[in-house]
Amino acid sequence: MKSEPRLGVAWVRSREREMEGWDPNTKSTLTQIPLLTTKAGPRDGAAWTQRLKEEYKSLIAYTQMNKSNDNDWFRISAANAEGTRWTGKCWYVYNLLKYEFDLQFDIPVTYPSTAPELELPQLDGKTQKMYRGGKICLTVHFKPLWAKNCPRFGIAHALCLGLAPWLAAEVPILVDSGMIKHKDDATTSTESS
Amino acid sequence: MACLCVGKCFNSVEWREMEMEMELQNLLSDLQSLTNLSLPDPSLHAPLRKIQSRVDHIANLAKAEPVRRSKVKDMSAEVVDSNPYSRLMALQRMGIVENYERIREFSVAIVGIGGVGSVAAEMLTRCGIGRLLLYDYDKVELANMNRLFFRPDQVGMTKTDAAVQTLSDINPDVVLESYTLNITTVDGFETYMSSLKNKSFCPNKQGSGVDLVLSCVDNYEARMAVNQACNELSQTWLESGVSEDAVSGHIQLLIPGETACFACAPPLVVASGVDERTLKREGVCAASLPTTMGVVAGLLVQNTLKFLLGFGQVSPYLGYNSLKDFFPTMQMKPNPQCSNVACLKRQEEYILAKPARDAAAKAEMEAEAPSTEEGPLHQDNEWNISVVDDCELDGPDTRSSDVLPEGLTHELPTADEFKNALTSEAPTNDNDDLEDLRRQLEAINSA
Repeated sequence: MKSEPRLGVAWVRSREREMEGWDPNTKSTLTQIPLLTTKAGPRDGAAWTQRLKEEYKSLIAYTQMNKSNDNDWFRISAANAEGTRWTGKCWYVYNLLKYEFDLQFDIPVTYPSTAPELELPQLDGKTQKMYRGGKICLTVHFKPLWAKNCPRFGIAHALCLGLAPWLAAEVPILVDSGMIKHKDDATTSTESS
Repeated sequence: MACLCVGKCFNSVEWREMEMEMELQNLLSDLQSLTNLSLPDPSLHAPLRKIQSRVDHIANLAKAEPVRRSKVKDMSAEVVDSNPYSRLMALQRMGIVENYERIREFSVAIVGIGGVGSVAAEMLTRCGIGRLLLYDYDKVELANMNRLFFRPDQVGMTKTDAAVQTLSDINPDVVLESYTLNITTVDGFETYMSSLKNKSFCPNKQGSGVDLVLSCVDNYEARMAVNQACNELSQTWLESGVSEDAVSGHIQLLIPGETACFACAPPLVVASGVDERTLKREGVCAASLPTTMGVVAGLLVQNTLKFLLGFGQVSPYLGYNSLKDFFPTMQMKPNPQCSNVACLKRQEEYILAKPARDAAAKAEMEAEAPSTEEGPLHQDNEWNISVVDDCELDGPDTRSSDVLPEGLTHELPTADEFKNALTSEAPTNDNDDLEDLRRQLEAINSA
């Protein structure tokens, strides 16, 4: 904590500058997600365990924050004991309808120097803003931010700054163009609402 | 996962050929039984014979298989049409390469078998390289057909399998290993590392099991993974890339500890934040041209050959701007504050080895020019001019550049301070239990 104020001021100032152009909501949410300190990847043994603890803490805080702000929009949990693969769900509400997608990603060997590549496999091939296998495109809006803030950003930050804006930009287009249908649309004829 | 493809796999075209042959055989035997019958009308015999000869002709045409050459034991310099290596061995006669046949001892790993990697693999195969290790997890698509190498009939095959199919036909002397995996995942990286370390091809080789790694990938994550592996193994590698707008490219030589590693200098997008569209990769509508990719592959393999066979100079960095036909070159020293731990270790080793390197260089220079006079070039040195080594790291300049003019301060702490701040903070979190945290998240998730 001793060196925190000096470091913090410098960093917050530089972060504010690069966050220009983001909406105030995202900005204020971001400042409340706990930052990480350990720079370690899945091959770093005990240091990775430490990093994993920090990841959990920041994910817990972020999920709690979303719930209390009535902005719950994802579920994510480790799919293996090493914490190198994560699976879950994310959803987006558009025109009062909720669109839900499977969410999955691997922690790359070079993590946290490189960000996780978030995948929405159900949308593979449905939008241009996506790489093969359903990896969403993070290149322009997120990767530079991640690289500048390594190792302070973790999974929670990737979801907040990478996935959330992607869903906000892409889901309306996918729905309006008819590429995706709400899950009730197919069954409305048989179900009574 | 690692498939050592030495056996013959049949593709759809080969199956179709076999089926056609069978049908022709059946047609012939049907005709035979027809002519064996004593036909009531003898005028039918002539047209039947004509049909028979036509079918025979078609069967012969179908049987003529494409010529597949057999393996060659030694590379010969003999100038005959049937020698696949005569033009390459002529490099010796021309005084370019001292011993071309050494190429059969070398192993090259190519990561990414796309527009650049596949062409580089074909070039090395035609040059008679000893062994190629191919890594990719993608499949061949029709959208790849604007580039060289892959054919439409290979659509749907993994790029590694399709490459092995073509390359083994072109030159059966090359040992091909194909790895269908993603090197950025933990498992893929493990297999990748152990394949590079495997020395069974050339057991008494120094260092790792390969002589050079060529990075022909199309994204930052994969480059960082190649960089990580090569830094850890102290493995020299060549990086290559083509810009998203398809009109420029580059190659770069990376010798761990000696030249900048890929993490030493962050890419432009991260450093400047200005042009963030330069490192995008294939899929999100990147443009590509067979020409630019062919040029970059050519530059890459040319430098590979120079590096392996020891002729000419290997460019530390060579850019290619196709709009102006401009080829910039430059050199990048490693970053002493590089974020990659393995890179820092290699840098330390390189600095520690400096005296030995200097001695070797001096010895070589003396051996090369024993007759040159040792005395001073000019007897009178009126201005006291002396030659100093400008490679010296600890000159006074490096310190003075840190000092800022009056009134200016550094906003961000230096890297060393930053590291200290991190380590002093870390232990405070240690008493938490991972399992406990996992359960906490699950509880919130299900709430």
